[in-house]
Amino acid sequence: MTSVRVIPCLDIRDGRVVKGVQFQQLRDAGDPVEASAAYEEQGGDEIVLLDVSATPEGRSHAVDTVRKVRAELPIPLTVGGGVRSVSDAERLLEAGADKVGVNTAAVDRPQLVTELAERFGAQCTVVSVDAAQNGEGWEVVVASGQVRTGLDVVGWSRQVVELGAGEILLTSWDRDGTGDGYDLPLVEAVAGSVSVPVIASGGASQPGHLVDAIGAGSTAVLVASMLHDGEFTVGQLKWALADEGVGVRP
Amino acid sequence: MSVAIVPTGTANIASVTAAFTRAGVTTSIVEEVTEVAAASRVVVPGVGSFGSATESLDTAGFRQPLVERISDGRPTLLICVGMQLLAAGSEESPGARGLGIFADQLGQFSTELPVPQLGWNQVVPSENSRFVTPGWAYFANSFRLDTAPAGWLGASAEYGGSFVAAIEKGDMLACQFHPELSGRWGAALLERWLLATEEANP
Repeated sequence: MTSVRVIPCLDIRDGRVVKGVQFQQLRDAGDPVEASAAYEEQGGDEIVLLDVSATPEGRSHAVDTVRKVRAELPIPLTVGGGVRSVSDAERLLEAGADKVGVNTAAVDRPQLVTELAERFGAQCTVVSVDAAQNGEGWEVVVASGQVRTGLDVVGWSRQVVELGAGEILLTSWDRDGTGDGYDLPLVEAVAGSVSVPVIASGGASQPGHLVDAIGAGSTAVLVASMLHDGEFTVGQLKWALADEGVGVRP
Repeated sequence: MSVAIVPTGTANIASVTAAFTRAGVTTSIVEEVTEVAAASRVVVPGVGSFGSATESLDTAGFRQPLVERISDGRPTLLICVGMQLLAAGSEESPGARGLGIFADQLGQFSTELPVPQLGWNQVVPSENSRFVTPGWAYFANSFRLDTAPAGWLGASAEYGGSFVAAIEKGDMLACQFHPELSGRWGAALLERWLLATEEANP
């Protein structure tokens, strides 16, 4: 049985980690190579790099960053942000990403998911779904939450799996940055509707939040600020999960 | 020390190359058919589907030299879909012909668990294994062998039932998991294979 994955996420722009990572042992907390290596050392099961730059120059920096992180990192690396085509994905994979995440471009042109899965395999094709609460359910939002699409999150998640997605990175737009914990009904609704692994994201600030997300049906949890702020190490989070009987890789 | 990597599609060659570079090994990508036979150590990584991997081997003309190399028991490491290529066929791509080193067929995981299997799973080696030790390995697969083929030593893992995590025979090692993504445990596994095959191929 696979263990639950604890996945540190780094936002990168122009070759640097943004939102600051506070590691005491690092010379330079803004260096994605050092930050990834430190999280791997702590027991991180994968690393997600999210390119938040908005310019073509930024995109080419991202490829360079992936290359440098890959040279050092002996665990899986997922890269997302700004992927709009098979050739964008190919550039990241050739630089050393193992999986590629798509978001806005998949909503604009769902066929992209199939193209990626056929070219690189489902296990390589991650669809990021950003969800905002909307009455009884959730609506897909894109362009960093600025555009509401009217798409139902559960229906869209099912659709992308049919199109070939091998994994869903599910972010609660309402919870992201609040520290109030993952949106558990959202996790439950999506994980209960698709056959592929679901990574819960958005809102974690306490180890108990991770335990709850696993209980709601996700098989992996994305963590960012609670690690970056230096409040917890990956190891501490995994101990907390193990204490609650959740299987983690030691 | 050097390894020659057989391209079976685009993705993941960078991860495999980086892992060998960290181990202090020179890597090259096979371009000419003759290199498959000439190289002291060959690595066959694999991503994507069984069918697309067999197709790219055929297009490049690597099928025959690979079958010969493996039949001769020469140092060869096969990863993920690379390992699956040894089989006769796969449920993933009906009609696609594997290398047929053994007659077994791959089937899809039959489980309520999420598929693909994406994540770290515990590997239980055969007690006679030269390479595989107990530990956690990173897997990314939907299809698998359920038992080790005749004549090969198998390591196993559990995902809604037992499946084959790795097989080995002499200097040949085939892993369903990704040693290049399996942290220190994976790096140590690669080093054992490199060292063991060094005696035969200095």
